[in-house]
This record gives sequence, C-alpha cells and structure tokens, in this order.
Amino acid sequence: MSLHASEALIFEIGEEGRANAYVETAKPLGTFLPKALLRDDLPLPDNTELDVVRHFTRLSQRTFGIDLGFYPLGSCTMKYNPRVNDQMANLPGFRDLHPYAPDELAQGALQVMYELERSLASLFGMAAFSLNPSAGAHAELAALLIAKKYFKDNGQVVRDKVIVPDTAHGTNPASAAMCGFKVISIPSDARGRVDVELLKKAVGPDTAVCMMTNPNTLGLFEDHVHEITAAVHAAGGLMYYDGANGNAIMGNVRPGDMGFDLMHLNTHKTFTIPHGGGGAGHGPVGVAAHLVDYLPTPVVRAVPKPDADPKLAPSDQLTFSLDFDRPKSIGPMRSFWSNFAHAVRALAYIYANGAEGLKKVSQLAVLNANYIRVGIRDVIETPYDEICRHEFVASAQELKKATGVRALDIAKALLDKGYMAPTIYFPLIVPECLMIEPTETESKETLDTFIAALREIIATAKSDPQAIMDAPVNTVVGRVDETRAARQPDLRWHPPSTN
Amino acid sequence: MTYIPHTERDIAQMLEKIGVGSLDDLMQVPDAVKIRAELDIVPALPEYQLARRLSRMAAKNTAVDAISFLGAGAYRHYVPPAIGALAMRGEFLTAYTPYQAEVSQGYLQAIYEWQTYICLLTGMDIANASVYDGATALAEGAIMAINANGRKKILVSRAVDPNYRAVLKTYCDGLDITIDEVPLAADGSTDQAKLRDALAGKEYAAIAIQSPNFFGVVDGLEPGSAEAARASGTVPIAVVSEAISLAALATPASWGAQIVVGEAQSFGVAQAYGGPYVGFIASTTEHMRRIPGRLVGKSVDNRDQIAYVLTLQAREQHIRRERATSNICTNQAHCALIATIYLALLGKTGLRDVAGLNLERSRELATAVSSIPGCDLRFEAPVFNEFVVNVHQPAETVLAKLRERNILGGVALGRFYPEFADSILMTATELTTTSDITALAAALKEVVNVPARV
Repeated sequence: MSLHASEALIFEIGEEGRANAYVETAKPLGTFLPKALLRDDLPLPDNTELDVVRHFTRLSQRTFGIDLGFYPLGSCTMKYNPRVNDQMANLPGFRDLHPYAPDELAQGALQVMYELERSLASLFGMAAFSLNPSAGAHAELAALLIAKKYFKDNGQVVRDKVIVPDTAHGTNPASAAMCGFKVISIPSDARGRVDVELLKKAVGPDTAVCMMTNPNTLGLFEDHVHEITAAVHAAGGLMYYDGANGNAIMGNVRPGDMGFDLMHLNTHKTFTIPHGGGGAGHGPVGVAAHLVDYLPTPVVRAVPKPDADPKLAPSDQLTFSLDFDRPKSIGPMRSFWSNFAHAVRALAYIYANGAEGLKKVSQLAVLNANYIRVGIRDVIETPYDEICRHEFVASAQELKKATGVRALDIAKALLDKGYMAPTIYFPLIVPECLMIEPTETESKETLDTFIAALREIIATAKSDPQAIMDAPVNTVVGRVDETRAARQPDLRWHPPSTN
Repeated sequence: MTYIPHTERDIAQMLEKIGVGSLDDLMQVPDAVKIRAELDIVPALPEYQLARRLSRMAAKNTAVDAISFLGAGAYRHYVPPAIGALAMRGEFLTAYTPYQAEVSQGYLQAIYEWQTYICLLTGMDIANASVYDGATALAEGAIMAINANGRKKILVSRAVDPNYRAVLKTYCDGLDITIDEVPLAADGSTDQAKLRDALAGKEYAAIAIQSPNFFGVVDGLEPGSAEAARASGTVPIAVVSEAISLAALATPASWGAQIVVGEAQSFGVAQAYGGPYVGFIASTTEHMRRIPGRLVGKSVDNRDQIAYVLTLQAREQHIRRERATSNICTNQAHCALIATIYLALLGKTGLRDVAGLNLERSRELATAVSSIPGCDLRFEAPVFNEFVVNVHQPAETVLAKLRERNILGGVALGRFYPEFADSILMTATELTTTSDITALAAALKEVVNVPARV
C-alpha cells in the first residue's frame, strides 16, 4: 500500500552516518578556516538514497498533476507538457552552460533566445520582447517600471494612476503598487466587459497605464478594446496586455494589432512549460517600438556573419551577443539573463507547431471551452452565456440558495472523481464562481466524462447535499483546517533538542 | 497537428453541439483588431527534426567542454542522478500551485521540508516557499524591511553581488527608494567602521551584507556592527549566493541577521545559462506577516490526520491585490523541490564533505595561481570557494588567451568594479580536479608572461 495516511518528514527518518558516497570524505573544516568562522553543528538528517527515493516517490503519489488527469484550472492553462521539451532543455550543452560563458562559446544558447524572442514578437505583434522576467507577475512589474521610466524621461511624472478592470488578475494591482502607482478599478458592464464609458471618464492626464486581459478572466473577448486603446492613447497613457490568457489568441489576433504598447506572456501556460507545482515560470515582456530601449537588460543582439552560407537557415547566418549597454533600460529584473531552460522548452513547442499549428491550438482551446459550457449550462448557471474563448465561468449561487452546496463543495467533489478542481471564487465579481479552462490537449471523450461528472455532482447536490459537502472522501486527506493553519502557524519542523 | 487529439469528426460534432458552423465562427473579432501580418514563424518540424535542430544549437555551446573556473553566483556542483529521477516524475512536474490541498499533500510536504531545511541552514525561524532567485530575494527582503520600519533608504555593502545590487536598484527605482553603498575594506570584506558610521544616522531600513561575499570572502557583521544596526533600528539582511557555504560557515543568525535571502542553485539545480534557479527568504518570527510569496503550514484535516496547506494567504496578491506584501504569484517550486531532494540525499555528512572539498580545492587553486610570477591574491581575508587574483594587466586579455587554451579562467571584475580591471574572480568546487588546476597554472604562466621579479 503506497498511499499511507501520512508520510513521515524526511527529518524524522535517517541516522547520522548513513551517508551516500557522492563525494570523497573531506578533511575537518577547521583545517581551512578559523573555528570562529564555522558553525557548531548542522542539524540535518543523513539518509540512504533508497530512503530518499522512497520518500519522494511517495510524496509524488500524493500529488495530482496533468499526467494523472484532467486539470481544468481556469486562467492557468494546464495543457499537456511534451516530454521532448524537457529532453531538449536537459541537453548538456544547455544544462551545464554557465551564465558567464563567453558569448562566442554560447552561440547556441543565444540563438535559442534570439529565435524565441523573434517568434514571440511576430506571434503577438510587438516590436521586441525581453526574456528576462521570471514569471508573469515579474514581467508585469518590468512593464510598469518601463512605463514609469518612459514617463519620467518624457517629463510626465504626474502620471501616477494605473487603471485595472475589476476582473483583472490580482497580480495587476499588486504589481502597480510595487511601482508606486495608484490603482483605479473599473467595474465591468452587464456583458462582462470593461465598462467603456466609465473607463473613458477615468482616463486623464494622470493616467499612466491601463492594464487589460483579453480575453478577460470571464473568458470573454473585450470587443471594445480598440475604443479603449484609442481613449487611453488620446490621453497620453500606455496600454498593457496581460498575456495570461494568451492561449486563446495565438496566431488569430495580436495584442500589437489591438493597440497595446506593453505586454507579457506566461510561456509556462501558453507554451507548454511544466508548472512544476507553482514554478519556475517564464515571463517574457514585450513592447511596441517606442519602448524598446527601456526593456530590461540584457537583450540578445544579432549581426550577420560576414562569411555566412546563404543556404543556411536565417538565424544560422547570424552572430549573437548579450547586450548590457542600454542606457535607457530599467535594468535587470533578476540575477541572470533568463529562465533559459524554459526558453528552450518554449522554442521546442513553437518548432513542433509552426504558425498554423499555434493558430489551431487556440481555436481548439476555444472549441473545448465552449463544448463544456454548452454541456453544463442547463444544470448550472453560466452568467455570461455566449461564445466564450479558452475559458468560461459558471456560478453555483442558485445551487447554493437551493441546496447549500457551494462552489468549494463542487470543487472538492470533483477531486473525489479524479479531476483537478476548476479555479474557484475568481474572478471576484462572479458569486460562487467556477472558472473552467480545459485547454486544447484534452479529447472529446475526456470532456464528455468531465461534463457527466459535473452533472452528476450537481444532481447529487440536489438529492443529497451533505454528500457533496462531505467531499472529498477518496483523497489521502480530507478538508484541511485552514483556520488553524493561519492562527497557529506551523511553518517548519523543529529538531527535538530545541523544541 | 501536434499534441492535439481532435479528429475532424470530433470537431464537427462539437461545433454542432455548440451551434456554430466553423472554428472561424468561434474566433470572431471586430475588424479593427484583425491580424494584419503574416506570421514569421519557422514551419512546423516533426519531432526528430526539432530534436536535431536544438541539439545542433546545444552543441554550439562549447563552453561546457572547457576547463572552467567560473562561479560568481552560479556554481558547478555534483548532482546525484536520483534528483532528476525523482524531480522529473510527472506528478511533481505537471502539478500547479497546490491550491487544492487534498490532492497536493506530497508537494505541500516537500515545500514544508524545504522551508525547514532553509531554517536549519540559516538559523532563522521561518522561510518561505521560494522566490525567483537570489537577486529578487534580496529586493523582496529589502521591501520587507521597508515595510517593517517605514524608512526609504537601503544600505548595501559594495561586496554584495553586483547583479543583486543592480536588481535591487531596479526594484527600488519603482518604489522611489534610495540605495547607499558601504565601501570595501582593504582585505576584501565590508568596511565595518564605515558601515557603523552610516548606521549612526538611523535613516536606513536595512543593511544588506553578503557572505561569502562577491569576492569569496567570509563576511558579515562584526559584533559592534550588529549592535550599531540594532541601535539604529536597521534590519540586518544577510545575502547568500553560494548556498553550500551554509553547511560550513557560522549561520547568518549567529552574526545578527534578521532576514536571510539567497540563491539555492548550488543545491542540485542546473547552471542552465542562468535559470531557472531558486531564491529563498528566511527571517525571524517578527517578520512573518511581511514575508512575500507562498508559505506552507502544517495543520490537520477533518479526519484528524496531519495535513499541509498553503497558509497566511492574507499577505498575497490574489487576496489583497494592491495591498499585498508582493506581487509574487509563481515561485520556483520545482527548483525548491530539487534542492530539497539534494539536501535529503547529501545529508549532514555529505554537505559537510562538499563544503570541505570546496574549501580544500579553492586553496589548492589559490596556492597554484599565486605561485605564478605576475599573479597575486588581491585580498587577504579568509574565503570560501572563490577568490580574486590580480594579474597586473587587463583581465579580459588574460582570459581571452586562456580561452584559446580551452580554459575559462574566471570572471573579469572590470565589468562590475572598474578599479579591479586587472583582476579575475576564480572559483573551485568539489568538481575541480588537480589536473584542471595544473592546466590553468601552466597556461597562466605562458599568458601572464611577465619577467621574473628581482
């Protein structure tokens, strides 16, 4: 039986001296440094490799990933992560490359970064991207720093407001606050879009940036986006595109064509980089032509090789270097150049699909979301019941009134049936919200069984609500006492002697 | 089509159910925003060709075949194969942030173990679930201090990794925070007298000091400086970029740090041309509600079993939006998992051995290099696994000549410290061999090529 009710902590197993011979035995540390500079003890366990392998294998079995089943987590784009991408990232020429490797001995890595950057620029209609930021929120911060510096350089320090729709991801206002901007929240209209009239009233000479997600987090395309970009531009502000929902638009419509000046991508969503339990991510930040000089450093520069064979692929005819000398840049966002291993994965995915394939990816992501929507809308409220994009929202509010069963209970009941739960209680404007994003890599059969499972849960909620409120019962633990976790924080194990 | 299961028949049936005629009907947008260009993307490649093309690019990175003494914030250490075998399990690799605790107990427990390891290594009370890397950990740690005492200036030792200082500046520019620097002492450590002078004005939110510092020197706060920080109400932040040192050196807690930030790449994470790596933030309990990012706590479930869960989420952006402690959403969970497995495999004994071997090999390297005419150690203070060599001529020239001999001799300091344009930061780890050192010494002798001193 592998799924024990609990797995001991690594600190509770093992014995000192049960060491693995990964390296030679070293001389005592006091041989090299005065005792005053050394620590007295190191209270860590020694474990055999077998014990460690069993421990983490068991922990893996107590963890649900895409490889185990359907993962319809809205706004997270949990699609299949192709294994060839990992193998490519793990090639010794990429894996073992030191960040200070001289440019001329790292041409392949620079070529990967260059090709990915050029591909993203074309795919999303931006002048240039920087692969520097580590994740989506990090790229948002970079973009807002770019805006801040751009306005400062142009003598427009009064622009201190960032406009954010009420459906925006929480990172948007949090990133704005980290740049010292004041946040103005714009309500959505009855159609679930930004209220254009309210937005126009909010825009003015103090507007720095308007941040939009399109399609928004309700899964709806902001069909007045061109009016919004025009209004913000007319007031002298910049438009920012939150690319968390990039999987809905690839190759079909481009933020650049919609009028956005700044954007980010979550390549760990759209471009199949594994989420790894919450990171590492990869968040390229893209800009229109007037902001290129402000991108974080370094950027990859390419010049033609003087003696290049014209029969080679275009990027094989170039020589690459890292360019740090960019006086207008906001500076670096992180220790080293990029989450490079993820750039390899994203480029591998682009190679596998090509332009037509990527376009199809988005179309089928939209198809799958709409298929689930029409498959459940007669049993649960779908507040914005029209053609959605890659995700949509349902609301358990009516169900809750009738039965007491909440969105949270439905989520837990789905866990019992072997599915990951949708995102719940987000966006905040939809009561008892369930946000469902199937992605394009799921088959019709998977969607059909998920629809059936959700319908069955809702039927049970009406006949035996307590059964749903007791869920989950098939998981290794039941509902966790979150209040206790927050009121009596236990954030680490303590060695017995210091307890 | 790639990674897509839909047959034409599936698509037709699904469109009919939805009630639209075609995929294009699903994708309608206003004319004003229609795509206006042909996409410039390489045509789709079958998997074997994709692998071939990327393998050719990987093969161009010939730096991986050279004898290398590069370090300076990214380190080459032995990585047991068991790490890859475990970390690449699909359950770990393809999970999202563990919002649904009931089906994420394994990952949550692993992060709880990571938090514990970081506490035990640094001597701190608590640690978060990771941040992007060492530099962003410093920036976030500085913001914690700013939020603690409301001051608008940060004091940083000039011996802190220049990349970390640059990122700190990027972040501080956004918040209109000023950064002042403490100069170096002659021995390569932070000038403690100047540091105490700076603290006297009681204007700094934090003092950040790295150990081992960028020059490899074991640094920190002297007892008098720690006292000065306390008296000035300034939060001491310790910065660690070579995490292996934590197994050997006196803990940052022991010299007065309240916040410890750093980079754990050395714990089994690939160099990968700079990322992804894994930053950590640890602190004393008093800063618990200011720490950014995810925290995993231990609790119980409704069956009275031990259960782990994300906790203290009221600090975070998805709850508090513009009032959050940070905008962090994604962290570096998978790299933190790798580091946790590394620490479990190496254990106390293995970590001490790795630390000891780093000390030993770096001394062997320093002895060999400093015996070459024209090469001296620039600083006298004790070091961990790297040190600065003065070659008395432009370091870039020397390194270029070593490169012709297939040796990456280290990092030229001139790009960060113009006053050290004649100096190289050299690193040795447990993977540095005696023959590597012999080869470097022989090459340096030819390259430095100065007449013997009289």
